[in-house]
Amino acid sequence: MEDHGSPVLRRLIDVHAAAVEATHARFGDVTACVQRAHLARVLCFLRDDPECGFEMLVDLCAVDYLEQGRTPRFEVVYHLLSLASGRRLRIRAGVPEDDCTVDSVVELWPAADWMEREVWDLYGIRFDGHPDLRRLLLYEEFEGHPLRKDYPKERRQPIVGPGSAGG
Amino acid sequence: MSERARWLTERERETAEDDFERDLHTEHQVLNMGPSHPATHGTVKFLVELDGESVVDLDVQVGYLHRGFEKECESGSWYQCIPYTDRLNYNSAILANVGFCMAVEKLLELEVPQRGQWLRVLGSELARLSDHLTRCGAACLELQAMTPFLYGIEARELTWDLLEGLCGARVTSNYVRIGGLRHDMPEGFPSWCRETIAKIRGLLRDFDRVVTGNRIFIDRLRGTGALGRDELIAYGVTGPLLRAAGVAHDLRKAEPYLVYDEIDFDIPIGEVGDNYDRYLVCVEEMQQSLRIAEQCLERLEALGPGPVDVADPRVRWPAKGRVFNHMEEMIQQFKAVTEGPRVPAGEAYLAIESANGELGFYLVSDGTERPVKVRCRPPSLINLAPFPQMVRGGLLADLIPTFDFINMIGGECDR
Repeated sequence: MEDHGSPVLRRLIDVHAAAVEATHARFGDVTACVQRAHLARVLCFLRDDPECGFEMLVDLCAVDYLEQGRTPRFEVVYHLLSLASGRRLRIRAGVPEDDCTVDSVVELWPAADWMEREVWDLYGIRFDGHPDLRRLLLYEEFEGHPLRKDYPKERRQPIVGPGSAGG
Repeated sequence: MSERARWLTERERETAEDDFERDLHTEHQVLNMGPSHPATHGTVKFLVELDGESVVDLDVQVGYLHRGFEKECESGSWYQCIPYTDRLNYNSAILANVGFCMAVEKLLELEVPQRGQWLRVLGSELARLSDHLTRCGAACLELQAMTPFLYGIEARELTWDLLEGLCGARVTSNYVRIGGLRHDMPEGFPSWCRETIAKIRGLLRDFDRVVTGNRIFIDRLRGTGALGRDELIAYGVTGPLLRAAGVAHDLRKAEPYLVYDEIDFDIPIGEVGDNYDRYLVCVEEMQQSLRIAEQCLERLEALGPGPVDVADPRVRWPAKGRVFNHMEEMIQQFKAVTEGPRVPAGEAYLAIESANGELGFYLVSDGTERPVKVRCRPPSLINLAPFPQMVRGGLLADLIPTFDFINMIGGECDR
């Protein structure tokens, strides 16, 4: 596996060779694609290993590759930052449509709490072990997950509030 | 304590207090604050569990301004995203414009000419200034101080006048383009800008005299809303909130983009990270922004007239004169308008230092004229997540200034 001159990627490949599927560093963004089953373990390693030291989870989002016909259909993308070294790392993992679950990393970074709720809300990817996986931006009565590519942009749903409960 | 209790012996007094506690039946009360509350300038709802006046717990409910930013971006062309980015943060639209366009440029591997870069920095710093003015002014207003709010808003009006001169709109600037800017600054802008900066400095001085040393203001802000450095990092908090806790992390210095590495400016940091430190950091950042703006003007004058756009037909339109007289350019213009640019397949993440912290854009392209993914990493949302930790155990009244200094902007938080 290529490390693209990144010591962090080298370290990750050395320790978790079985988990890393592919790497790239296009546009200077160091990226590793890892297997979903190893995701939480890899992220925990990246946070705790002194050579990596990614103490900040900058961002977590999902991508739907329905129109590109890719399998697995979804991907979760983590952006990590180490304040001490200034290094960034992107971790991606594929998530199949028929088993939309990923292990939660709220235990590692509390920042993941709202980010995972947002991904669940908009993409319908469940995070196992999340303490309170409610929708974040939409309301509980909302049907479907609007950022999925098969959710039509024109679809409208009634706004359900306390005043309109039951009616 | 009643008059009678003072005559009791020590032991008796203890028993009396126990009785007092036992007999007084207390229970936690849940207060519903928002979504439309004058102090939540932004639509957000808090369910506050109170024990008397102390906050026991808090549930933040966001999403009232969700309008499908990412969905809209993913159904149009790359260019059609830019006006949506204006509407993320109404105080500093140019910052979101710059962030998005730079992310697309990263995918296209374009470099904007010097003049365009300096103008982007100038616009960004004016936007940052207006954001901080709103934050500090509104915080005063909500602590019942109307005068400094008016000083702040007057200064913000002056910055918005400048932005209007620069790009034609006060709030929704829509100024930045992929590969450059919509146009150069107008004639006479540098001297007008310098005059206005002098006026803004005067207003900031007034603001400072009324607020910074004000006993009431200090008492309300000192020691409230603080959260430790490690906790802030674990929550992914960036921007003035993190710097107030003593972490000198600013992307303009840490990962210099545009021409920030050629500019002389300082990064103010705080010590304990309470609301007063946050206020001081913001006030100093405003002075630094003015300093940067002045250096931009100087450089722009020294650079002289020149292009602000890249000469790349993929993203910028050909000159109008040629469009009307040459077949090739006409076709090129037609395709540019009806289809928009095609961005090479790939993924890129680009973050800039917005007024609230790291504003990032993660873009995925499949090589067509329509983005696969436009993710905005919103600092407002991520900075708001540890809000319950900041206010737990504090007084209900301190919740307001803490929320003010988080400076959650609904448009960006809920997207």
